[in-house]
Amino acid sequence: MLFRLARIVLFYVALVAIWQAVVVLEIWPKYLVPPPADVWDSLKDHVDNHQIPDAVQLTMRRLLIGYSISLVIGMVLGMAVGTWKWVEETVGSLIVGLQSLPSITWAPLAVLWFGLNDKAIIFVVLMGSISAIAISTSSGVRNIPPIYRKAALTMGANRFQMTRYVLLPAMLPALAPGLKLGWSFAWRSLLAAELVIASGLSVGRLLETGRDLTDMNLVVAVMTVIVAVGLLADFLVFGRLERWTQERWGYATA
Amino acid sequence: MAIELEPEAGVVSQKANPLLELRDVSKRFLTRRHTTLALDEITINVNEGEFACIVGPSGCGKSTLLNIVAGLEHPDKGEALFERRAIERPGAERVVVFQEPALYPWLNVQANIELGLKIGGQNGAERKRRVDRYIELVNLKRFRKAYMHELSGGMRQRVQLARALALEPRMLLMDEPFAALDAQTRDVLQQELQEIWLRTGATILFVTHNVREAAILGDRVFVMTPAPGRLKREFNVDLARPRSPDSHAVVDLAAKIRTELEHDIYADHYAI
Repeated sequence: MLFRLARIVLFYVALVAIWQAVVVLEIWPKYLVPPPADVWDSLKDHVDNHQIPDAVQLTMRRLLIGYSISLVIGMVLGMAVGTWKWVEETVGSLIVGLQSLPSITWAPLAVLWFGLNDKAIIFVVLMGSISAIAISTSSGVRNIPPIYRKAALTMGANRFQMTRYVLLPAMLPALAPGLKLGWSFAWRSLLAAELVIASGLSVGRLLETGRDLTDMNLVVAVMTVIVAVGLLADFLVFGRLERWTQERWGYATA
Repeated sequence: MAIELEPEAGVVSQKANPLLELRDVSKRFLTRRHTTLALDEITINVNEGEFACIVGPSGCGKSTLLNIVAGLEHPDKGEALFERRAIERPGAERVVVFQEPALYPWLNVQANIELGLKIGGQNGAERKRRVDRYIELVNLKRFRKAYMHELSGGMRQRVQLARALALEPRMLLMDEPFAALDAQTRDVLQQELQEIWLRTGATILFVTHNVREAAILGDRVFVMTPAPGRLKREFNVDLARPRSPDSHAVVDLAAKIRTELEHDIYADHYAI
């Protein structure tokens, strides 16, 4: 454990060292490739003046709202698509089609419909992540071993009990990667939307501010924050969920 | 009807209220080219407390028959009555133990057994009482917190059996539950099942292709032959329990059942 941790730390130290080397060699001017120390200072300044914490808070709030709504809609759609053939042929094809549409292309419509506000941004997040969640839910439902249903049926399960006690837990291993995918789609859609739709001091807005001021230190500092949030979510939630489902379900023979 | 009765085989029991009555049950399966008669006018009665075995080679329709009793499939012709009412859908009073371990890997042993009781709407105290009782009955007390991937095939079938018994069904349907197990484990489970049957007085309909198994377990053994699936003969077995797989009487009976089956296969081959 300690060795693994040391290896990870070493990797990032090396990465920063290479970055520093590139700066020292002056291949590109400083205002395009800022030195790590300046980025660190900028990060600290913007944390101290509350800009980064506030921005992260606003962005995370949008993300959580958007992702939660996506989860509900995506799972309901996915279960319907996975259960009924005719829904698959109609709604299912639409979902697959919409997935090929980058979610940010919804931004112009969203602004016209909702205005320059949270709603427009959350709408873009929904359009970005619903299809990923729906598609993995539907394949999760389809891949449930038929014996699970049969066993519950002969124990007298009704439709609600079947869903609650059997179908939902049975599809979790197939769903876990989909939830993660949906999360990362939501996260990207959100930042793209925040860059395009000017509303509130968000992470995306902070990035855009850095660009406007040609403050490369701020730009890189904010990018680091974005990566850190992604890693943290993976570490705290999705990595654990995936490992747990693999362990519990993976070894089991149906 | 293809039932022929010898004096020693006894008479088809005609008790006043059989728990299960199958009357001239027929079932066809349609494939692209032709239809297969999976069941051809099967008539069987099973009384309360009986251990009934259906034995026959694969393709004789015995699993289809069990599915009809379970309510998972429906006959094309004839009637399937349970407690004098037509079987329409699956129900906990006719719970099935499957050949595959039909258990939920995300639940431990205890929770798997409890799930059926939750579905049945039992309250917490009653659920606990029954889980304790039936885990004990199948000798899995030490494994109540274990997950399915930690259990052997024989242990998984014990869990399935406990889960089914915990529902205290009117009839327990067993679809080749020991077929996928090694011979030693199967011997052990056959003995345990006999003991459990003696202790609980459950009514069991047990489907198998293993002639010896049918001879060990059955009070009544129905022999079925394939293509079309017909009931060929019924044995009433009146041997003391628990029966050992190597006792003379069991070996003798198994030989008789086998003769019935071979006779038919023989006829099948040379009738042309």
